[in-house]
Amino acid sequence: MVNLSVNLSGLTLSNPIIPASGCFGYGKEFSEYYDINILGSFCMKGTTKEPRFGNETPRIAESSSGMLNSVGLQNPGIEHVVQQELKEIRAYYSKPVIANISGFSVEEYEYCVRRLRGIDNVGLIEVNISCPNVEQGGMSFGTDPEMAAKVTKAVVKVADKPVYVKLTPNVTDITEIAKACESEGASGICAINTLSAMRIDIKKQKPVLANITGGLSGPAVFPVALRMVYQLYKEIKIPIIGIGGISKVEDVIEMMMAGATAVQIGSLNLVDPYICKTIINQLPGMLEQLGIDDINKIVGAAHR
Amino acid sequence: MGIYTIESIRQLTYDTYEMTLSGDMSWIKAPGQFVNIKIDGFFLRRPLSVCDIDDRYMTLIFKVAGEGTKALSMMKVSSQLDILCGLGNGYDINVSISEPLLIGGGCGVPPLYYLAKTLKNKGITPSVVLGFNKKEDVFYEDKFKALGCNVCVCTVDGSYGYIGLVTDIMDMFDYDYTFSCGPEGMLKAIYDKSIVSGQFSFEERMGCGFGACMGCTCKTKYGYKRICKDGPVLFKEEILW
Ligand SMILES: Cc1cc2nc3c(=O)[nH]c(=O)nc-3n(C[C@H](O)[C@H](O)[C@H](O)COP(=O)(O)OP(=O)(O)OC[C@H]3O[C@@H](n4cnc5c(N)ncnc54)[C@H](O)[C@@H]3O)c2cc1C
Ligand SMILES: Cc1cc2nc3c(=O)[nH]c(=O)nc-3n(C[C@H](O)[C@H](O)[C@H](O)COP(=O)(O)O)c2cc1C
Ligand code: FES
Repeated sequence: MVNLSVNLSGLTLSNPIIPASGCFGYGKEFSEYYDINILGSFCMKGTTKEPRFGNETPRIAESSSGMLNSVGLQNPGIEHVVQQELKEIRAYYSKPVIANISGFSVEEYEYCVRRLRGIDNVGLIEVNISCPNVEQGGMSFGTDPEMAAKVTKAVVKVADKPVYVKLTPNVTDITEIAKACESEGASGICAINTLSAMRIDIKKQKPVLANITGGLSGPAVFPVALRMVYQLYKEIKIPIIGIGGISKVEDVIEMMMAGATAVQIGSLNLVDPYICKTIINQLPGMLEQLGIDDINKIVGAAHR
Repeated sequence: MGIYTIESIRQLTYDTYEMTLSGDMSWIKAPGQFVNIKIDGFFLRRPLSVCDIDDRYMTLIFKVAGEGTKALSMMKVSSQLDILCGLGNGYDINVSISEPLLIGGGCGVPPLYYLAKTLKNKGITPSVVLGFNKKEDVFYEDKFKALGCNVCVCTVDGSYGYIGLVTDIMDMFDYDYTFSCGPEGMLKAIYDKSIVSGQFSFEERMGCGFGACMGCTCKTKYGYKRICKDGPVLFKEEILW
């Protein structure tokens, strides 16, 4: 038997596979395709203090081996998530989930995290300081180490669960931001969010996305994400959740070898709703082939 | 999700193809639903409406609009496709109507065929208005006629049937309800012109097609709706333009 279970700051996951925020809704649609209780955990759609419609459509564009989105954090607001979504989730998912929080001011982040206190089916808080699809706030917190530190400090103070900060790749040095979060008490780092990108419709001679720019995700970004996780592992001591372009079991292994304790899978869920199930089923065999009996042994292996 | 086998592929016009597939049809519950097709070499799936279905076969009709649909048109009979089936709400036919008018424009025509068939099975024979740009684009007029429907075709340039837009000829029929599918401009014109209630099928660029990504959301009078999951069919009473 290969051990697949990993530990994220006290939260034990039966395996390191977590669907990423914004690519899994609240899990409901997927629970109609398979029993999602096999997942290590799952990350809910990004939540803000107030409900948001997000950006105008088109919000989706395609690219070679990937996609762009400019959803712009559409969500029903923290109150609705607490009162309704988190309650309904219990009917089809019995483990703790990860709550992804976004904001436009330090106070908004703080408010949302405070609102999640005492809710026992939230196991971890992922603070998104990296959304490229909103005008102010969002990513600007993630591109300035001082702002990143400020948000981290404020939410860590009010959180009753581990706080992981999700970083943007749209910076010169991601390790600088991560170190700022680590020093203010973040329990872990999630990397990466989407890369700022755009497409033009050549027939209309206009940008495809109504928002003009969007975030690139999918297999196209995997090598970028992997490189950043590798750099982060060298510079910080807290656990890393590796995100970006994972599409197959080999990618999971690579990401963990670069330094991730667990991984999130985003866009692939949208085109193959069974991808997480498939990868979870393939993981033990893959590790056995590599002669590994405990998945934790490969974390950071590429650094040794 | 499932694997479907291409049973036939037939060219209907210079740029429009009819494809029949075999596989598990139990996912499809209503006319107006769509499928989302994985095409080799493309990251996102391509949504297409269900044009017809029986227990074993499904018919799709698609126009070559870009690279993805072009690749699809070149697929060979007996090759297989990975398809997410039975997506979206579809048309609600349990509304009290006696003389429905079906209005389709271009690649909005396909879902109306299975809708016409379903209504027919309920004992209601709909009238049908089909709009195309020009004579070379026209397809399925005979298929609707074979169902016993009163069919009127119009083309924008007048090269076939009546000249003009669907809204120019829809009042040739008596109707108490409309079911429509086509470009948004056409839907809006029907909405403005008709004084009766109806259902309108919309298109939007999609990330997933099954309600997970919020890529396709629109505003309605009753809140935000995902075209792929809460649509693609919206009731006239809820639409905000
Ligand atoms: C619910 C629904 C039902 C549809 N039913 C039919 C049908 O029965 N017959 C038919 O011919 N067409 C139909 N369409 C339109 C069809 O999906 C597009 O023509 C097709 O996706 C174009 O793909 P492409 O690769 O050839 O074009 P490209 O322009 O190269 O595609 C690029 C990207 O844009 C998306 N895209 C392009 N045009 C559209 C569009 N009009 N709507 C949504 N996404 C688009 C593609 O899916 C792809 O992700 C339907 C669309 C929707 C949303
Ligand atoms: C449609 C869509 C919506 C997303 N929404 C969010 C979000 O609300 N919050 C967030 O932190 N990340 C969001 N992301 C980013 C993903 O969680 C992930 O970081 C990114 O897509 C890279 O992973 P991938 O290549 O596996 O998709 C979204 C991504 C997509 C494609
Ligand atoms: S396309 Fe993903 S929610 Fe509609």
